[in-house]
Amino acid sequence: VNFQEPVIDYAGLAPIIALTVGLCVVLLSAVFKPLKRGAPALTLLTLASTAGLLIWQWGESKSLITGALRLDDLAISISLIAILTAGFCVVISTRERAVEEAGSGEYHALLIGSVLGMVLLSQAQNLVTFFVALETLSIPLYILCATNLRREGSLESGLKYLIIGSLGSATLLYGMAFLYGGTGSTGFEGIAIGIAHNGMLGDPLILIGIAMCAVGLAFKTSIAPFHQWTPDVYQGAPTPITSFMAVATKAAAFAVFLRFFDVALGPQVAEWQPALAVLAAISIVVGNVGALGQDSLKRMLGYSGVAQAGYMLGGIVVASEAGVSSLVFYLAGYAFMNLAAFTVIVARERETPFGDSIRSVQGLGAERPLLAWPLTIAMLALAGLPATVGFIGKLYLIEALVEGDYTWLAVFIAVGTMISLAYYLRVVAAMWMRPGGETVAGATPAIAGASPEADPVDPDARRRWYLVGPALLAAAATVFFGVIPQPLVEFAARAGASLFG
Amino acid sequence: MINALLWAPLAFGIVGLFLPKRATGWWATLGAVVTLGIAISIAVGFDSGSSGLQHAVDVSWISGLGVDYSLGIDGLNLFLILLTAVLWIGGIAFAAFREQERPQLFFFLMLVAETATLGSFLAQDLLLFVLFFDFMLVPFYFLFGSWGSDREGGPTAAAATLKMMIFTLIGSLLMLVAAVAAAIISADGGHLTFSIAAIQQQGLGVGSQRWLFWFFTAAFLVKMPAFLLHGWMPDAYRAAPLPVLVVFSGVLAKVGAYGFLRVVLPLFPDATIEFQEVVLVIALASILYGSVMAFTQTNMRLIAGYSSVAQLGFITAGIFALRADGADGAILQMVNHGLVVAPLFVIVAILVERTGTEDIREVGGMALRAPVLAALFLIVALATLAMPGSANFIGEFYILNGLFQAKIVFAFVAISGVAMSAYYALRLYQHAMHNRPPSQQNNGIASREIGWRDGIVLAPLVLCILALALYPQLILHRTAPTVQQTVASVTGGSAPEAQLASNNGPTGLKRPNNGRLRPIDREEP
Repeated sequence: VNFQEPVIDYAGLAPIIALTVGLCVVLLSAVFKPLKRGAPALTLLTLASTAGLLIWQWGESKSLITGALRLDDLAISISLIAILTAGFCVVISTRERAVEEAGSGEYHALLIGSVLGMVLLSQAQNLVTFFVALETLSIPLYILCATNLRREGSLESGLKYLIIGSLGSATLLYGMAFLYGGTGSTGFEGIAIGIAHNGMLGDPLILIGIAMCAVGLAFKTSIAPFHQWTPDVYQGAPTPITSFMAVATKAAAFAVFLRFFDVALGPQVAEWQPALAVLAAISIVVGNVGALGQDSLKRMLGYSGVAQAGYMLGGIVVASEAGVSSLVFYLAGYAFMNLAAFTVIVARERETPFGDSIRSVQGLGAERPLLAWPLTIAMLALAGLPATVGFIGKLYLIEALVEGDYTWLAVFIAVGTMISLAYYLRVVAAMWMRPGGETVAGATPAIAGASPEADPVDPDARRRWYLVGPALLAAAATVFFGVIPQPLVEFAARAGASLFG
Repeated sequence: MINALLWAPLAFGIVGLFLPKRATGWWATLGAVVTLGIAISIAVGFDSGSSGLQHAVDVSWISGLGVDYSLGIDGLNLFLILLTAVLWIGGIAFAAFREQERPQLFFFLMLVAETATLGSFLAQDLLLFVLFFDFMLVPFYFLFGSWGSDREGGPTAAAATLKMMIFTLIGSLLMLVAAVAAAIISADGGHLTFSIAAIQQQGLGVGSQRWLFWFFTAAFLVKMPAFLLHGWMPDAYRAAPLPVLVVFSGVLAKVGAYGFLRVVLPLFPDATIEFQEVVLVIALASILYGSVMAFTQTNMRLIAGYSSVAQLGFITAGIFALRADGADGAILQMVNHGLVVAPLFVIVAILVERTGTEDIREVGGMALRAPVLAALFLIVALATLAMPGSANFIGEFYILNGLFQAKIVFAFVAISGVAMSAYYALRLYQHAMHNRPPSQQNNGIASREIGWRDGIVLAPLVLCILALALYPQLILHRTAPTVQQTVASVTGGSAPEAQLASNNGPTGLKRPNNGRLRPIDREEP
């Protein structure tokens, strides 16, 4: 019997191995006394070395583990976005109550576990790895949402995310079963061949499978009408985790969304294109209208995330290289804008007794310009105003949509952006156009307004470099790539070329 | 040179952020003066015989998306740039003489706004134009919202400003989609470029022109604002700080009108001809509505604001006469109106400071002890109503002349606007300067001669009005070649009527109305 030993490409797997080793080390560090305080540093080290390995692999295009994974520029760019976000999350989690309650080692290990899921998910090109990676990503997040053990909202958030997330996963899995049944293959390329050449084109089995997979992925990317969990979970989770969820989960889920639909379901493009376009339009309207009346900044950003997911879905709808590139560009820009916003919210949660209410940023412009500017820039960028990366991102998406004959969806994006101005600028107005003062007067009570279990005010919060620094950094990147977008455009174009080249 | 012009205000603004509070206003004024100096030196070297771009810069900015950093100066934007540079000095200097809250930020935003406005005038790349056009709003949003005044019983400054943002961005964002669509349709699968000249050369199908035309036109009409799209204007004007309003109403409305000449006429010629009458109807409605509102309002800001609606209606009508003389008059009138409305707001600001009210029924009698202020105001008021001898007269004459040739019925309606402008301009002047003040004690505080500080701001603006009144040819000569080319891109003809404006060729004699223009030319010393 001739046994062919499988070739294991250790270079290609290096980022995944690094993350796995890091995960174990960080988890064990909680047990050793001398390393107890070192978990954040070890996490950052793990993330940095993984990022380094990924950059080393930049430009590669190869299948790993007999086709289960694909290492290409799309996977690498999305992984880098996820790692960057995780790095920010670690820094702004410093002295976060949730970290102390859950245990530093556990908290950070779960975070790395989730990143590992994201890296795997962005590379997945097989239904099995796809599903396993998705669960690797999700399960740590369910727990992380609930790490603020003594706050009811956090536990509710974790449970809600678990139930809805499982529903999404189940739907997805069911859809996968249909596709496997129809094509007899779990590999993405095998499915494409199965659909195109075995007379399965337009078969109800395939169409039902596609619809269920789309619904499952829509849950993960919080696309309306499968978005109901988003505002609640965003609001309840510890804010650093919310920022990580908002950016990294979205990036990874969109990466697999792209690969799955453009590669595996490519032959069936004429059917899913209009369906996804309608989903995108619904998402834009629902998200933007839902955000209008929100007083909680995290809820507002949750709804805004639903709308932004609608914009991004446009990049999948067109099923073209420009679509992939524009989506990757938008995700990278979205990371900077959201990280700036969430970092400021974290800072204000600790400085004021108002939690994440819009009152917490009132008068910020006069009082704390170093925090007010990042939040202002983030809001203007999310609204897509020029001189920020948000504008270029919208431009890129609109170009892709118009080229792909989906001009009406581009008009929807424009209309949605107009609605969004009302709530983004409300935050800006609260910072700059309303006197503060209340916050100073209200700083005496150690317990937050609504919930007695909420974090007490941190009197030294003003001097926290680890909050001001990341906020300024993310805001600076938002403006930098708005004025000199060329490097980021090239980065995104490589990702697009890797899927269609 | 052109880069220095565009970025000088921003550079001064950034440095100003780090200066002490007292110095920052003067530093900003210096920045505006330097900008004007650069603009003048460009204008001096301007070749008035050429219709093409001068001082052009064209560098690839985002190559993947086909966007270029492309700037240039021609007859269409030369004087609008000068106007921008002049009015910004006025606005900034006026503010620098007064105490401002958070002055570093205030002057920084003013200078950012200048860069953005100059950028939208200079841009020769469609996307760069849209970018600057949208970006203009950001500094004004903060200026209006943070330094504006909340109105009792009305919306707060923040709410009024939000309304303005949403109104104007509705247009701007649709314009972004339209700009992308225009580039992609004209590229037709080939090399994607947003260069206005390249898109014009490629041409667009009539079917796409129609909707692209309306997306752009809507953006420009909101900015002006035109009738039916002016909903943001009253609240925003009442909330805005007056030094900012000087530049805002003086220049920003013109960007919309300029957009018609720069983008709509060259890129969508067929749609322009098709919808000419629709736009003319909107323009005439703006003239009538703006005039009527201007003479029924009692708030001085709103009188000036609604008069701008009427004047911009005139300018739009001049452009959509689709004749070279109409468009020439429109450009002259844009500059004139900017030069008139800016001192008007300075005077309103002076009156408000003295009397504490913006209601014309509660002011009056100012001329008694302030003859210089009254004289300056009179010049401005007479220019507003387009008194013969003022440049506004020439501008309106050209516009009406073009309109008569093109659509005589519309011209008759437009003429009524000229008559009405006399009423509202004189009413404002009379109430403020001559009427008996309602209460004696008010008079005691109010009637005081204009201070040297305000004089420094006001006098140069009035001098500009006088200079243009004496020599409007300064503008007409230089704009004519480009305007002729722009209008010809729509009508397709060789357009001998453009000769009218340049006033130097026997070819123009073919025009039946040419004789009528002669006397004006001879009036010039």
